[in-house]
Amino acid sequence: MKILSHLHEKLLRGEFVVTGECGPPRGSNKEVIQKKIKLLNGFVDAVNVTDNQTAIVRMSSIAASAHLVTQGLEPVMQMVVRDRNRIAIQSDIMGAYSLGIRNILCLSGDHQKFGSQPDAMNVFDIDSVNLIRTVKDMRDTGKDMSGFDLDVAPEMFIGAAANPFADPFEYRVIRLAKKIDAGADFIQTQCIYNMARFREWIRQADNEGLTGKVFILGGVTPLKSAGMARYMNSKVAGMDVPEAIIKRMDGVDKKDQAKEGIKICLETIEELKELNGVHGVHIMAIEWEEAVAKIVEQAGLK
Amino acid sequence: MITASQKPINEIIELVQPYKKILILGCGTCVKTCFAGGEDEVAVLASALRLSFKKQAKSIEITELTIERQCENEFIQEASHSISQNDAVLSLACGAGVQAMAKRFAKAVILPGVNTTFIGIQESHGIFTEECSGCGNCSLATFGGVCPVTRCAKKLLNGPCGGSQNGQCEIDPDTPCAWHLIIERLTTLGQLSNLKNYIPPKNWNTSLSGGPRKLIREDHII
Repeated sequence: MKILSHLHEKLLRGEFVVTGECGPPRGSNKEVIQKKIKLLNGFVDAVNVTDNQTAIVRMSSIAASAHLVTQGLEPVMQMVVRDRNRIAIQSDIMGAYSLGIRNILCLSGDHQKFGSQPDAMNVFDIDSVNLIRTVKDMRDTGKDMSGFDLDVAPEMFIGAAANPFADPFEYRVIRLAKKIDAGADFIQTQCIYNMARFREWIRQADNEGLTGKVFILGGVTPLKSAGMARYMNSKVAGMDVPEAIIKRMDGVDKKDQAKEGIKICLETIEELKELNGVHGVHIMAIEWEEAVAKIVEQAGLK
Repeated sequence: MITASQKPINEIIELVQPYKKILILGCGTCVKTCFAGGEDEVAVLASALRLSFKKQAKSIEITELTIERQCENEFIQEASHSISQNDAVLSLACGAGVQAMAKRFAKAVILPGVNTTFIGIQESHGIFTEECSGCGNCSLATFGGVCPVTRCAKKLLNGPCGGSQNGQCEIDPDTPCAWHLIIERLTTLGQLSNLKNYIPPKNWNTSLSGGPRKLIREDHII
């Protein structure tokens, strides 16, 4: 099998991988990226670079990913179908590959209604499953969607997202299967706080024979405060923070809540390490990149 | 039906301000059914405008008329005389009606009095929901009679996305998740396994993306 990226290689070797996340700045300052790179470099195997997340306009994920490549940190370029039609999508994939970007995460994208410019028109020409298939076809057949032969095919390691906590639950595994069939090589999940539900999802995926077909990285986000836990539970679409976690955060002094959040995160990682079918962890420390090194070291992942 | 809702009164006042004699022209089909532009709405709007201009001590002459359909030449003809007697027409028809009027009466000022909203149904009295975006390539058979192109906020054909909770769409807790409905319907019909099939990228050529569309029925051309 051809090795597509450093992340791919580590997963093939059976190592428990760690990916981080880097949100590009709301402006053109590359120093912000460089600062984040410094905090993450050496602690993670690859870093997701978000694509105008929550529909707030930021530096493009391609440009920010290219900065990571230059600095020797492997990016997982996120790409949403909200803002691009299939023409721009294929063009951006080719461009990204030419800049040394080797991993892509294919997403629908948060609806613009939540963003800074809700008046915008969205695109959604193709959906995220179609995007996965598009990258795979470009990679494996060397052709674009029209069947035109590409001089160099973008040989990307293809990722997709899965949310075991969204409804309808029964359909979540069918959707996972669909993404794998379309060509997903790895999966990064929504933040796990409800371990029971995550275990059930993995069990169902395993029953369907899916865990052997794809690398699954469990998503974790350290909670900074009890307020954040409540906010995520009630305001962030598709997020499930059980009452017990909120209570636990509430139960400690305000100044110690961040520490408790990291502790919960470490416990989750411990469980994930032991879970069959889970091949790594995706740490989304939202605007809290300093926490990543600590988590990785304390979890013994370095 | 095509649904519409009346423009805010201040916007309408602004639109008719430059004219002394206006015809408020209702349409007796779709916009009547959705309480936006039928006879009743014409009468209420005329009163509101008269009152408003009276307050401003400005004289304005308002004529009221409602025809069956502003989108069909056959019915438009009925309005011909009234139109010639006025400075401007405030049409309460949908966008198709307004444009049909503008095509037919090249020298008349035709102003829109409603915002055309969507192709939909009256789900319960006074509540209208969008059901169809006229994409020109119907795939309702695949989705158990629920249209993801129109009713999923992300037009997902291989959905649902990760934001649906308790059967509601992430963008609005009062909007049902189309994919939740699709899954419910297909479960009832025993066709849930349909959804395992990969749905390829949609051909949008038959939609507005392919440019303004034309429907030609050779067998009806005379």
